[in-house]
Amino acid sequence: MFGFFRKRKPKGCKNSGRPSADRGILVFENTSDVIQAENVLKKSGWSVRVMGPPPEIQTGCDLVIEFPLMEELNIRRTLASADIQPLSVVPVTAPLLAPVDLFQTKDFGDFLMVRAANMKITIAKEDLKIVNISGGGCPDVPYLAQEMVGKTLAQAPRPRDLGHTLCGYALELAYQELRRIC
Amino acid sequence: MLGVVGTVPDPNFPLVHGPVRLIGSELIIAGRRIAINRGTPALLAAALKTAESRGGPEIYAFLAGDIGKGDGSRKLYQFLARQLPEFSFRVLTFHYLQPDADWHNKVLFAVETMTPRPTLIADAGFMYAAKMSGQSACYDFFTPDVGELAFLADEIAPHPFYTRGFILHQDADVPNLIRRAYQYQNAARYLVVKGQRDYIADEKQVIATVETPSFDAMEAIGGTGDTLTGILSVLCGGDLTPARAALLAARANRWTGFYARPTPATQVCELIDTIPQALQKARRGF
Repeated sequence: MFGFFRKRKPKGCKNSGRPSADRGILVFENTSDVIQAENVLKKSGWSVRVMGPPPEIQTGCDLVIEFPLMEELNIRRTLASADIQPLSVVPVTAPLLAPVDLFQTKDFGDFLMVRAANMKITIAKEDLKIVNISGGGCPDVPYLAQEMVGKTLAQAPRPRDLGHTLCGYALELAYQELRRIC
Repeated sequence: MLGVVGTVPDPNFPLVHGPVRLIGSELIIAGRRIAINRGTPALLAAALKTAESRGGPEIYAFLAGDIGKGDGSRKLYQFLARQLPEFSFRVLTFHYLQPDADWHNKVLFAVETMTPRPTLIADAGFMYAAKMSGQSACYDFFTPDVGELAFLADEIAPHPFYTRGFILHQDADVPNLIRRAYQYQNAARYLVVKGQRDYIADEKQVIATVETPSFDAMEAIGGTGDTLTGILSVLCGGDLTPARAALLAARANRWTGFYARPTPATQVCELIDTIPQALQKARRGF
């Protein structure tokens, strides 16, 4: 019945950032839960977006998931099947902060660096080995660097699987961009 | 004495505090060994190398394991909010902690009761929390890179991930971003901005810039901001003025690149090894 909600937006379609009465946000206890929920919902075909929370519920390192409000029950069901429980569901009443969607690529000759927001990942072109991860300030960044540097893009664990913070999420975006272009 | 607060990327590392030593390529604190990769261990190693060159100070660290879940950071916040007033530091540097505005405020409140009040430096996650809580002006130094400066300049962004595009696009105009960060009271007394050209600024002006030596590859190396903050943490506890300490730290951090001959694959520990030579070079004509 509400199958149209599942349709993804056409490529290049930009969000105006204005609040929409038919959208809600799922609030989770921590960013790891958000990353996990986003994976589950996107795999199930839902049109959801990771956004910044409204100021009244910001604590410091937050993400929320914006979703079509009328689909709340179905979305809760999808999440419950993956054992994920949102803390609360709130209608969107004010513009949400949009994550940075700007990628910068720098070619060092034998190496290629991609930056997403405050995170950078650099690989050797010859063997696609990750040689450095830089930027960021959340505690999962040194951990992600420890686990990923020295491995190839194919071998390395994905930031979305190990990361827990916005810096980890930004690194996942840089990783995805590298996978796209390499 | 210099105090450093931060996390290590090991979920099983407990909260420890005490004097920290650098032996070979490892840090030793409270009988535990920590590999120097990046993050707070890199900051500490850079500070220890700098202190070794200058004959002090002693460095005391507060560390907990945290891989981004925030558990180790919360233990540290809780401990510091309660115990910090019992310590005395000339300089206190806060580094990789899970940003949390409420806990930040409790820790800052504890700092305000310390006598004498230490020179305060915030970098990485704790700088994000300081900005978000609206207390940036309580700090003596922030040490952002250009991307983080754009975040400080964006009065509504709670994290660099949400810096608005029209501000992020101004990253070539660092003086304007600095002005904007001060305009919205989101900057410390001094900003030390690391980039293609480093900037040392206060509310009134850009005090100095450093652009040589310059190595493109340094941008890719994880931890070059940590080393800058580590060197600065030691130098600003000495007899230099804050701006001169920042200038010398920025110069020395760049000279580590000269001696390490970096490529984008160079690891930060290779840069840290060269700090004594880099400091010596940076001091010439200073």
